[in-house]
Amino acid sequence: MRTISPARIVLIAACALVLIYLILPVLIIVPISFSSARFLTFPPPSLSLRWYQQYFSNPAWMQATQVTLIVAAFTVVIAAPLGVAAAYAISQSKLRIMRVIHMALLLPLVVPIIITAVGIFFIYARVGLVATLPGLVLANVMLGLPYVVISVLAGLQSFDPAQEMVARSLGMNRLRSFFAVTLPQIKSSVVAGAIFAFISAMDETIIALFISGGQYQPLTKRMFTALRDEIDPTIAAISTLMTAASFMLVLLASARQRKSG
Amino acid sequence: MLALVSPALLVILLLIVLPVGWLAWQSIYHDGFTLEHYRRILNEDIYWRSFALTFEISLLVTVLALVLGYPVAYAANAVPKAWSVVILALVVLPFWTSVLVRAYAWLALLQRTGVINQFLRYLDVIGEPLALVHNTFGTVVATVHILLPFMVLPLYATMQKIPNDLMQAGASLGGSPAFTFFRVFMPLSLPGVLAGSTMVFVLCLGFYITPELLGGGRTVMVSMLVSRNVELYNQFGAASAVAVVLLLSVLLIFFVVGRFISLDRVLGQK
Repeated sequence: MRTISPARIVLIAACALVLIYLILPVLIIVPISFSSARFLTFPPPSLSLRWYQQYFSNPAWMQATQVTLIVAAFTVVIAAPLGVAAAYAISQSKLRIMRVIHMALLLPLVVPIIITAVGIFFIYARVGLVATLPGLVLANVMLGLPYVVISVLAGLQSFDPAQEMVARSLGMNRLRSFFAVTLPQIKSSVVAGAIFAFISAMDETIIALFISGGQYQPLTKRMFTALRDEIDPTIAAISTLMTAASFMLVLLASARQRKSG
Repeated sequence: MLALVSPALLVILLLIVLPVGWLAWQSIYHDGFTLEHYRRILNEDIYWRSFALTFEISLLVTVLALVLGYPVAYAANAVPKAWSVVILALVVLPFWTSVLVRAYAWLALLQRTGVINQFLRYLDVIGEPLALVHNTFGTVVATVHILLPFMVLPLYATMQKIPNDLMQAGASLGGSPAFTFFRVFMPLSLPGVLAGSTMVFVLCLGFYITPELLGGGRTVMVSMLVSRNVELYNQFGAASAVAVVLLLSVLLIFFVVGRFISLDRVLGQK
């Protein structure tokens, strides 16, 4: 057996410490959410579900949850087809301008979100989209597009376009050959991209802070406002649920991506 | 093909290009052309200090993320496959947790009656609770936590492509492990260092939620300057000018870095 060098021990210890720093804060909210104490005490004096009860029985939290889920669902339904069409066009076309368009579609990842948020707020104020559901959905479609485009482009890279040519030479039109031949083979990356767009819409906070209001406030906006005032354990319960939901979706997405190779 | 891409492009044009263009216009036009808002950024102390603080914090966060992230990426690359999957999963999972959730977690950990203070007092290490949050310290700790995956992923991707033969060649020519690491491995990992550092630095420049919740009002980063000018003071011109300067800084960094490595490499990780 090879002896383990001191350098290797130091490396593994450093790595373990950093991983604890990464994971521990995410895990600490779970025991806090099941605590019976009104104020933060650790370890919790006894276990209880009171904060979950608090969350599920509060109409304001419930409405915010509903808004979040509706917005995320509409975001995916719109962003996925737009993103797939764009990715397909980018991968097939040899036009020079496509490179520029490709870069433009990644802009939401490049422009600091606070700038996008203020800019959208000014535009929305002019056209009356502030504090509306369509306004929230549109903004999240824009933010979700890059995830779909990146994921589907990656999927298309391992797809041989000649297959579609074959289908067309056998008499299918372009649209039918896409749905019959191409889409089934890139389905996994489409689903993965859609899941990432969903999570991004579920987590989006900063734009919502500027453009949402009234009855159409997503969960994250209410959480942010609540966190500015006090550290209410109800938020630990919501956080635990949100984290569990994200993890399950990510696992689903990565299982999908692995399948597509 | 242009018809296929145009709906997506339209969304981008209407919801990011137009709004940012509007900001730029508003920063120089208010009943006539004016550079007043930019002059104010140059002259007024608060703007200068905020920009300086934001760059300082971003630099600090980038260096810390590099110091913490490099060994993790290296280990993920050096251990057997099964372990590297575990390490990468632990890096990616917090990455997909809401930033708000993580801000809450850090508040719960770091505040005066938080987990860390309670634990230290229980051990009798400290008499008075330490001020760990509502200051720059808390902001930096939480920001590094949020941005660390953006450092580890490009580092790992780059390290993975470094052929093992090169290290063996270095060793066979008599180089000690330390020598081959510093002379062969590290230089080859520099593109990953550059990609990760760029992403962390640029994202940190625009950070808003974390400094707002953990900074305690004293750590005023540029993004907070923008939002306060809009929300509290209705100073749309000033907010727009600050936003434009921030955006130009980000684009300049991407432009300069793009001359050395492909931008796809930087952005592909997100």
